[in-house]
Amino acid sequence: MSDLSQQVKARSPFAEAWDMFRRNHAAMVALAVLGLISIGAVVGPYLYPTDPFDMVWAPFSPPGEQGFLLGTDYLGRDLLAMIINGARVSLLIGLAAALVSIFIGVTVGALAGFYRGWVEEVLMRITEFFQVLPTLLFSMVLVALFGASLPMITFAIGIVSWTAVARITRAEFLRIRELEFVTASRAAGAGAGKLMFGVILPNAMPPIIVQSALMVGSAILFEAGLSFLGLTDPNVVSWGQIIGSNRQYILDASYTVTIPGLAIFVTVLCISLVGDGLNDALNPKLRQR
Amino acid sequence: MTFLKNTGIRILYAVILLIAVLVLNFSLMHLAPGDVADTISQSMGGADQEVLDQIRADYGLDQPFLVQLGRYVGGVLQFDLGYSFFYNEPVTKLILERLPATLLLVFTAQIFALLIGVVLGVISARKPNGLASHTVTLIALFGYSAPVFWTGILLLIAFSLKIPWFPVAGMRDVTVDGGFWVHFADVARHLVLPGITLASIFLALYSRLSRATMLETLGSDYVRTAKAKGLSEHQVVYKHALKNALSPVITLAGLQFSAVVSGAVLVEAVFSWPGLGTLAFQSIIARDTPTILGILFFSALVVIVGNLLTDMALRLVDPRLRGRGA
Repeated sequence: MSDLSQQVKARSPFAEAWDMFRRNHAAMVALAVLGLISIGAVVGPYLYPTDPFDMVWAPFSPPGEQGFLLGTDYLGRDLLAMIINGARVSLLIGLAAALVSIFIGVTVGALAGFYRGWVEEVLMRITEFFQVLPTLLFSMVLVALFGASLPMITFAIGIVSWTAVARITRAEFLRIRELEFVTASRAAGAGAGKLMFGVILPNAMPPIIVQSALMVGSAILFEAGLSFLGLTDPNVVSWGQIIGSNRQYILDASYTVTIPGLAIFVTVLCISLVGDGLNDALNPKLRQR
Repeated sequence: MTFLKNTGIRILYAVILLIAVLVLNFSLMHLAPGDVADTISQSMGGADQEVLDQIRADYGLDQPFLVQLGRYVGGVLQFDLGYSFFYNEPVTKLILERLPATLLLVFTAQIFALLIGVVLGVISARKPNGLASHTVTLIALFGYSAPVFWTGILLLIAFSLKIPWFPVAGMRDVTVDGGFWVHFADVARHLVLPGITLASIFLALYSRLSRATMLETLGSDYVRTAKAKGLSEHQVVYKHALKNALSPVITLAGLQFSAVVSGAVLVEAVFSWPGLGTLAFQSIIARDTPTILGILFFSALVVIVGNLLTDMALRLVDPRLRGRGA
């Protein structure tokens, strides 16, 4: 036995998952593209310092002509500069809103799954309540009533998107709380907080991680929808807002709409491919599907 | 009897949910900066404190929170959602005028997505490595990742501006004159692009799920029995397997109603569809709080009714559920 334990090196679950993930070519390519987009969002504005609000040329100069790689929009602003600066807002809000909803969802799901009884009953009713409110309309209302600042938009997206995370977390907690190692920790004197977040939560992470990855994608789509409708901070550029403000001119210059849309599409596509890859890597049981 | 009883419990539950929406609505209205008195005084070009106080007393805004809440809920139960100072019309009237257009769009898109989604799912489950299967994967990826308003604009450019098959905007053509069927055809023509756009998000979900459940059912024992009995492939797939594979898809479709209504807001904005979404958009720009909150209430109502209908459909499809409690 001792021989065997020396030969087989214990590997961390992360190393194992990474190994699985690496074999998924689509997910790897998507991850690389996402990396490029993120780098572009961070350093892009320094490498290409054109102000996205500057009217640099005549309106509707087509892509590639007059030295503007992606052309100019209806006000003669450089579309490339707008896309680069918009990436910051889209990614930032996507990440932050996903964090908000994961935080709410995990807390609600953990409490409901751990305490059961009336706590679960109340929390799951609240969850159902939020599922009944049409998400986009509710966040439109929040942004309209309380102002279109970036923190408010982030909150408005996060507060409507947590129900799926809560349900998944609760289901995992219901399953794991009955397992022996939890009983053992309980017997060893672990308190409720320690049991929930120190013992059960780490074991409930795989499906939560997958869902979180997908949340970032849907939060980016969400922000794009809000800013398409004009519900966005007027002092920043975002991808959805470029589409919203140019859409009257699709007859003259369809590229002002197709290009920013493509940016959203590619980003969210890559995130869902990475999510799929994570799903395969973290839930080996589902792999046949 | 149990069917009726369960439905009764569901409806009671739906009413409680609706009242919760009302409480939320009212609290939002209270928390938001500015009230009706401010709106009215603004439209008058400003007013002094005395007038403001008078307006607040007239509208009962000086009453305690709970009294006002009670009045609001009581008003809604009598179909009174307040008055829109922007449109100069009762909110209920405004909304009811536009609700049919949204319902038409939402239900068309749901049914369209379900039909096409299930058909694609079944075809690709029968040949897991065939062309249809890869198409499902591609459609699913597109549906998950493309912003719906962008999909709409692309379809608009392709099938309305470049190839003028469908109208650019609106729900009907005012110049069209004729009987019921002429108008029906006119509305249908306007509905095609918005319907497809809205369905595109959910088509992906439904085709993927029905493919997965179909694969599972096709491998089960009773399907093998049916085949061994000598039934044709067609009968096995569409009469035996499909019935069982349908209920998860219908359950999913029910859960999507709130997302469909949300998507409808964006689709309506793209195609100038004269529904609740367009109204919501306009009243948000006009900062018309009573109308916005009225729309939130009615759209929650649409979602709840959609959920109830899904539940009943599920019980019709799956006899095993009929005896079970709510």
